[in-house]
Amino acid sequence: MRNFAYRRAGSVDDARRAAAEAGAMLLAGGTTLLDLAKCGVAAPETVVDITHLRGLDTIAHDPSGVTIGALAKMSAVATDRGICAHYPAVSEALWQAASAQLRNMATIGGNLMQRTRCAYFRDPVAFPACNKRNPGSGCAAIGGVTRNHAVLGTSQSCIATNPGDLAVALVALDAEIVLGERRVAADAFFLLPGATPQREHAIEPGEIITAIRIPVSAAACNSTYLKVRGRQSYEFAAASAAVGMEFEADGRTIRDIRVALGGVATKPWRVHAVEAVLKGQELSPEAIDRAAALATEGAVIHGDNRTKISLVQRVVARAIINRKPRGIA
Amino acid sequence: MPNAAISLRLQINGHLHDLTVEPRVTLLDALREQFGLTGTKKGCDQGQCGACTVHVDGQRVLACLTLAAQVEGRTVTTIEGLGEEALHPVQAAFLEHDAFQCGYCTPGQIMSAVACIREGHAGTDDEIREYMSGNLCRCGAYPNIVAAIRQAAEASR
Repeated sequence: MRNFAYRRAGSVDDARRAAAEAGAMLLAGGTTLLDLAKCGVAAPETVVDITHLRGLDTIAHDPSGVTIGALAKMSAVATDRGICAHYPAVSEALWQAASAQLRNMATIGGNLMQRTRCAYFRDPVAFPACNKRNPGSGCAAIGGVTRNHAVLGTSQSCIATNPGDLAVALVALDAEIVLGERRVAADAFFLLPGATPQREHAIEPGEIITAIRIPVSAAACNSTYLKVRGRQSYEFAAASAAVGMEFEADGRTIRDIRVALGGVATKPWRVHAVEAVLKGQELSPEAIDRAAALATEGAVIHGDNRTKISLVQRVVARAIINRKPRGIA
Repeated sequence: MPNAAISLRLQINGHLHDLTVEPRVTLLDALREQFGLTGTKKGCDQGQCGACTVHVDGQRVLACLTLAAQVEGRTVTTIEGLGEEALHPVQAAFLEHDAFQCGYCTPGQIMSAVACIREGHAGTDDEIREYMSGNLCRCGAYPNIVAAIRQAAEASR
């Protein structure tokens, strides 16, 4: 790890100014920054520690939603009673992410800022070509070992999978990322790689995530996050889905549904097509299968990752079944 | 010199220590190289194995992904500070159940287990496995590790 200058931000404004300086990076939990610095991907000249800032780690519930401070730890949000009661997909996404130690370190804001990355991105010595690290240098993953690479949202520049779990739940539940004065819809905060895979977030130099806002909804109250992976715990998603559903008074007709995918796309992947085909319909195995097939519209396979197509369709179907009312076939 | 060494005062196992280090020095390297507290192990050094687990303000964290500078003003506890008079009940349970083979991961396992029990995440074997998944044991002593944690958790109720 290359050495750097270290300083502590005295205030949010101080952190904003420091973050705008060339070569400066913010340090919150540090779990991804130090990891990437050790493998030679990140080389900050100055590390600006924001963990001592006060008042940014609160979880404030109100009748229309919840505001989660950017420095709240993943573990604190996962176990918050209001989050578990009103936004269960958020809690489930968090406690299934990383490990208990990492969840005690990593912050909510930092979690959203983690890089979309693959094994080739993390190894600059063996694989100099990476359009994320060095724009225009090419992509070592395309034509390589791609079992874990994305099938949705890819470009000729990058096929790395967004690793987020929390982000998938936030995109499904129409959360907003609060950047001080400015707010960005979670779905718009994460960018497609296109021809500029080095730019992953809709955040400008000098901006800093201060909070996340999740609006309350019946679909959020009846939500879940289903994560399937190569080992049972402490692993990235092979495929995952955040699903929230609200039913009409008859208990079987879908009034509102939100579906987003993880582990298969270059960003947290909202699937409006799945939602549209189910909205207003009675839930049935046939309707679920028909809808789940739409989850992978537009998918492009690269080498070894064909399994993600059928896998994520089944994960969507299973997540919907997990949240259906009792007594429905 | 923007990257010059910085002076820190850290509280480790109840004692205050002054040190001067480069900003990039991790808590793990400071513990082992500056203070001789080699109980905290360096396994993967990239947050994947849990061998470097310590407690900061009572919460289990990874010392390899924590800068020494980050913990100034906080309380650090390592395996050496866990049971200074007698063995901690979790240490005793690991001995009783032979919950190790080579022992390299054991300090991290024990620090993680103490926190796991305190968090209330040691209710069933499945829960223990889920909430201890950040601590790898390449010898595969997992059945005995789970048994030790389960016994220590039951004894603490």
